[in-house]
Amino acid sequence: MKHMRITVAHQSITFSRRMMLLGGAQAAVGGLLVGRMGWLAIAQNEKYQLLSESNRVQLIPVPPRRGWIIDRNGKPIAINKASFRVDLIPQQIVDGPQVIAELTKLMSLPADEVERITNELAQSRGFQPVSVADNVPYEQYAAITVRLPDLPGVSASQGFTRFYPGGSTVGQLVGYVGAASAAEYEKENKNPLLLIPGVKIGKEGLEQTLEQTLRGEPGGQRVEVTARGKLVKELEPKPDRSGNTVQLTIDSDLHQYAARRIGDQSASVVVIDVTNGDILAMPSMPSFDPNNFSDGISQNEWKMLSQDDHLPLVDKTLESLYPSGSTIKPSMAMALLNAGVDRTQKVNCTGAFQLGNHTFHCDRRHGPVDMDAAVVHSCDVYFYSMCLRVGAEKLSPMVRSMGFGEKFDLPFDNQRYGTVPDPEWMMRKYHRKWQGYDTVNMSIGQGMVLINPLQLAVMASRLATGKRVMPRLFKNKPVAPQEHLEVDQDHLDFIRKAMWGVVDHGTAAAAKLPLSGIQMAGKTGTAQTHNLAAHERGNYTSATWSLRDHSLFMAFVPFDNPRYAVATIVEHGGFGAAVAAPLVRDTITYLYDKQKALAALQAFEESIGGPLEQRLARKTAAWRSANGLPPLDPAKA
Amino acid sequence: MITSAIIPRPLARLPWRLIFLVTGIASFGLIVLYSAAGGSIRPWAMKQAIVFFGFLSIAVVMSWMKESTIKAIAFPLYGATLVMLIGVEALGFVSKGAQRWLDLGPIRLQPSEFMKPAIVLTLARFYELVPASEIRKWRAIWPAMALLGVPAFLILVQPDLGTCIMVVLCGVTVMFLAGLPWWLFAGPAAAVAVAAPVVYGMMHGYQRKRIDVFLDPESDPLGAGYHIAQSKIAIGSGGIWGKGFLHGSQSHLDYLPEGHTDFVFATMAEEWGLVGGVLLIGAFALVIHWGMRVSQNARTRFAQLAAAGLSATIFFYVAINLMMVMGLAPVVGVPLPLVSFGGSAVMTVMLCLGLLMALERQQRTVSRLI
Repeated sequence: MKHMRITVAHQSITFSRRMMLLGGAQAAVGGLLVGRMGWLAIAQNEKYQLLSESNRVQLIPVPPRRGWIIDRNGKPIAINKASFRVDLIPQQIVDGPQVIAELTKLMSLPADEVERITNELAQSRGFQPVSVADNVPYEQYAAITVRLPDLPGVSASQGFTRFYPGGSTVGQLVGYVGAASAAEYEKENKNPLLLIPGVKIGKEGLEQTLEQTLRGEPGGQRVEVTARGKLVKELEPKPDRSGNTVQLTIDSDLHQYAARRIGDQSASVVVIDVTNGDILAMPSMPSFDPNNFSDGISQNEWKMLSQDDHLPLVDKTLESLYPSGSTIKPSMAMALLNAGVDRTQKVNCTGAFQLGNHTFHCDRRHGPVDMDAAVVHSCDVYFYSMCLRVGAEKLSPMVRSMGFGEKFDLPFDNQRYGTVPDPEWMMRKYHRKWQGYDTVNMSIGQGMVLINPLQLAVMASRLATGKRVMPRLFKNKPVAPQEHLEVDQDHLDFIRKAMWGVVDHGTAAAAKLPLSGIQMAGKTGTAQTHNLAAHERGNYTSATWSLRDHSLFMAFVPFDNPRYAVATIVEHGGFGAAVAAPLVRDTITYLYDKQKALAALQAFEESIGGPLEQRLARKTAAWRSANGLPPLDPAKA
Repeated sequence: MITSAIIPRPLARLPWRLIFLVTGIASFGLIVLYSAAGGSIRPWAMKQAIVFFGFLSIAVVMSWMKESTIKAIAFPLYGATLVMLIGVEALGFVSKGAQRWLDLGPIRLQPSEFMKPAIVLTLARFYELVPASEIRKWRAIWPAMALLGVPAFLILVQPDLGTCIMVVLCGVTVMFLAGLPWWLFAGPAAAVAVAAPVVYGMMHGYQRKRIDVFLDPESDPLGAGYHIAQSKIAIGSGGIWGKGFLHGSQSHLDYLPEGHTDFVFATMAEEWGLVGGVLLIGAFALVIHWGMRVSQNARTRFAQLAAAGLSATIFFYVAINLMMVMGLAPVVGVPLPLVSFGGSAVMTVMLCLGLLMALERQQRTVSRLI
């Protein structure tokens, strides 16, 4: 082929050949294109149809209505209140800044809210609303509704806000709801429901632990939207399912009564129906008002609550631990009897007890006391001496079986269970041998003994019945069968009699029920928090509030046929009989005679400066002025 | 060809089959544009109809051009287009921004469009002048490469990768058919494979991203890969029979970007399905086949090369666009001629068809005289 002369004829042949080649290549490309299209449209049709549908149809979730929390009689504890809300629909807005300016004027929005709305609007996708305000007062709602034609993009609608009729009296019980935080959104695998304006989730207490029950299933408006988020048409909606109602064993009237009767003290009360363990009331006061939390709490409000030394953010019934003080004595007496101590044997109380080189005191000189007198008059020396004789190993199991240190299955996070010490525990925890003074301390509920108020109420229930009463909060949960405790009926009768004596003629004689035919049995307690000299005790000023002793009382009624058990611990309340016992007396009175109890409450509230709401408002105002803040707008407060 | 006593001779002698075919394709395109606008002749279908029939008339008028006239204007047309390309480049340099068109009062001229037929005619004319014995010599090669390389470079730096590729492919097709040695095509093909990474490195950011995304569309489904992903969804969800006229959700809800221009085929396929796609591809195949036949029947070397090159221009338009919308090629911005909204592609294709019709008429005239 070297140096072959190429002629016109050659060229013509080459051209024809190459034209065929070109034509063939073109046909091949055509075939490839048709094949590719067939692959996409036939083999992968299903996949692409799905993708096309998921492009076309979007779901605007409709939040489900949150389930109610009701009391044992069906009275509402946490319900939903119709409220007005204002949102912005980004795609309908013509002039964003102008609309926001107009809304700011109409609703007097604060500057930081305006900034939030502007930012959210800038980031939003067309059909997803941006919340302007929740719980708008009717006047503002009406003002906006009238101007809607001039405010394109503004949506004023009715929604639901969580409402707690009990206000701050149920704060610690129900907790509160609020908009989901970024962390909570991540934790729920970015559940889109949490992003809808107005959707609140439980943050504390029952609202939090019952979240999945109360929430329900979101429904949705299925809509056809364009790629830019413009709504084209509405398709048939997916219905939502409301959250489930939860019925508690709480008697909300009793709960509120006890909460109010606590007054300005930092205290909690637990009332148990001993026949089935139902918790009828468990207020912890002071508390926060969960209604304020559901629209989002202000920084200042939060600051005020968290700085309060009465700990309104702590559920004292379950999260606070206290020395039991003398309330442990009936159980100790049971343990002594069980260990074979003769109840008629007397111990001479000289007001002091010497152990080694340390002197333990009694609150007064009781003289010779037998077991009955020791319980009735709360003689410490009797228990020091008898308990030392029996030994801790025989005491702790009895105390534990009465409920101290026991864990109960209740729907609250952060429960604390306390301690009932024994030699084995001491070695494990503190790596030291149990000493005589440990027994002495434990015998009167001091030292390492720590309990919460619920356990105290359980102890009262078990002493009342001789059965293992288990507290219960959900009405629909089956009642746990109550097994008999391993105690002698004769011992039990004796202790009940002694506890009756406490109220009849003992330390709590001032707290007799003002009811005929119903008598209470109980036991006072005074738990030392600081080691004060005798002359300092009972001689307190408000500055030394936190040094005072805790005041405790547990009781059951009627003493001869027990039905209810009550316990209270008043933080720094002073002597047990003075503060705690009357609180329990009035609470129990309410169970039998509401008129009489309400009259007592009114007199009590007048003596401390009016009803709870008024005192709270005054307290807030005082706090605000002390911290240099302007008084709250009376319309909003 | 229609032969009838009633129809005047000049009209009867028009290639009616081709005109019907082209009008059919364009009409189908108008229907698709009508749907893409949500069932409205505005803003696209009406405008496109005017542009199409305008350029069709021009093409028909062009069909009376003599081959000698076409030959005569080949070099001047090329020269003028090259000057305009340089002008665009200079303007872009002055205004410190990329520019592809010249503003000539009422009309906007995109010189790179003219370059497609111009390069074909120029190279056809050049190889006609080269004697058969010289065809494998270096002097038959370098002028062609220069004629092709200069405008290709000018268009590439505009930057307009799609048009540049088109111009190069058209030019190379003519050179291939002219009978240049094999190694000239096989060699560069190998070289391209080697040099591709280097060229990739020199590309503009957006061009490079398009190639990245083409190689791995799922890497960026909401960004640059969005075009290809949505286009495949539109074609795939159409199935065999399509979702029906005016029922394409991808295009009507704006998920498909450029659904009336570069991705009009996806808009069509969603509503008309595989059937519509095969019909459209078949119609284009017939048009290209007709052009190739003109080349095969041509008596002169110039007509052979020019007709084949002009047909190839139409072929490359269709092939590159369809490969692009079906995810077989990167998104380089080549419209589907006669269907995509926009005047440039219609103009170019109609210039090509006008020249082809002229060459075809020439064949018949010449054949009859001999």
